[in-house]
Amino acid sequence: MGTLTEEIFSRRLGRRVAAGDTVVAGVDCALAHDVTGPLAIEAFRQLDRPVWDARRVVFTFDHVMPANTVAAAELHRTIREFCAEHGVTNVFAEGICHQVLVEKGFAAPGGIMVGADSHSTTYGALGCFATGLGSTDIGVVFATGRTWFRVPETIRVEVHGAPGLGVYAKDIALHVIRRLGADGADYCAVEWCGETVTAMQMDERLTLCNLSVDFGAKAGLIEPDAVTHEYAGGAGDDVHPHAAEYAITLTVDASSIRPQVSVHPAIDNVRDIDDVAGTPLDEVFIGSCTNGRLSDLALAASLLSGRQVDPRTRTVIVPSSRKVYLDALEAGYIETFVRAGALVLNPGCGPCLGRQHGVVGPGENVLSTSNRNYPGRMGSPDARIYLASPAVAAASALCGAITDPGGLA
Amino acid sequence: MARVYKLGDGVSTDTIMPGRYNVTTDRDALRRGCLIEARPDFVDTVRSGDVIVAGRNFGCGSSREHAPLAIKQNGVAAVIAVSFARIFYRNAVNIGLPVIRCAELSEVVEDGDAVSVDARRGVIHAAGRTFHGEPPSGVALQIIEAGSLLDLVKSRGWSVLEEAHVP
Repeated sequence: MGTLTEEIFSRRLGRRVAAGDTVVAGVDCALAHDVTGPLAIEAFRQLDRPVWDARRVVFTFDHVMPANTVAAAELHRTIREFCAEHGVTNVFAEGICHQVLVEKGFAAPGGIMVGADSHSTTYGALGCFATGLGSTDIGVVFATGRTWFRVPETIRVEVHGAPGLGVYAKDIALHVIRRLGADGADYCAVEWCGETVTAMQMDERLTLCNLSVDFGAKAGLIEPDAVTHEYAGGAGDDVHPHAAEYAITLTVDASSIRPQVSVHPAIDNVRDIDDVAGTPLDEVFIGSCTNGRLSDLALAASLLSGRQVDPRTRTVIVPSSRKVYLDALEAGYIETFVRAGALVLNPGCGPCLGRQHGVVGPGENVLSTSNRNYPGRMGSPDARIYLASPAVAAASALCGAITDPGGLA
Repeated sequence: MARVYKLGDGVSTDTIMPGRYNVTTDRDALRRGCLIEARPDFVDTVRSGDVIVAGRNFGCGSSREHAPLAIKQNGVAAVIAVSFARIFYRNAVNIGLPVIRCAELSEVVEDGDAVSVDARRGVIHAAGRTFHGEPPSGVALQIIEAGSLLDLVKSRGWSVLEEAHVP
């Protein structure tokens, strides 16, 4: 009896646990990447123990890949040396952690995953409990295979109705953030449900769970169903919420939502597109762990096909993984992007965090399909960052200004 | 006398330690990057024992532990905020940076005000008044009492937490 989170922890511990309990639990997988990894390795080394299970430790090179500075190259080297020393072979330089781990089957229903990256909530789309931790916590997990959790209360978000023209999972998540605020789910898990969520394929489900942390959630989860089990190839446990008590239930009518835009300087400063349409843009970024998947690129390609991006607007497109890149190549999307005048960069985090290519300058406006618009996130703190769906991003790239995709589709 | 550095609501880890400055584990580089864009005066003027006072959702965003590390490297005695984002709070506790929740303080004190803090008890003296904030409790308190998470795990392992909390 319990929420999906309570059921997952109860199974793992072999006893009934409830929201508010503090537990020490084993995890299925622990992730760190090229920026958080070296600090996790430092913490791990201080414990002077072997790696608990090298098969369950994963490193990705994605935040600064390939290295753009000597300092970044040094961090990469630290990780490679650690992995060689400890027999860690899950070392991937082929895209964003949160896409690569899902593709490679590390996330499965009923599991518990932790990552030294806040968007580790993404994996919950497969019906597991997944949360972000800091490097020290992850270093301890590398040594012990376990960590402590306060089992969180759960906010249930029920989404009903068919999304209107130009409305996608991104818009639904931004709408929820608009209603609950940037800290609205702090210390809570969020269960996304309702027929609109059930009708979504995995790409869109991953978007919802990814953005859960951006209104404070410790985890975002979706109850496993046929879509989950097919995607997971039958791996994991068939776990479901049962007679659960929820802290809050929020109902969303997807048919009444307009395309949403989160406006600088805060994620919860969300407007209907009609209120910001026409804002000129210096850069458009399509990619990230929120919206860099194949269906996102398909959507962008459908709008950009046979058209040209506005020459005033740098349009940067970054597939979230090598697999997504190859699939997009095969489908012709990459050629569409290049012919449209967009810059297609190697799989990884891209311009999302202002640390590598696509950095924005002072006074510039950028529209991004990523998840954060804090001042300074993508470069100069005096740039303005707008967050929206790939459809809004592609339509806006064509017009050089924020544009409702409904009129272009 | 310790002084207040006052920040607002929703201070993100991108503000505390922008992504362009945390591609390193060098502690002095992290120290110098702390609040480099939002409060460029901070690293040059902060003195050991000074206190950061902020509003809601302090440390929201990324899980980067570089953010609390950078604050700690500057000798800050405590971060006192109306509320904290979950990962930042946990990271701060893990590395031994004192954090206190206090609903009223940020409405009362100004930048540069004198302040004294008993971080363990959550008692703050400022603006001629005494405030009773909420210091970490439960597991977080056990980590703080050990010094850091690594100290706790090295000295007693997970068993202490399991014994304390398993019914």
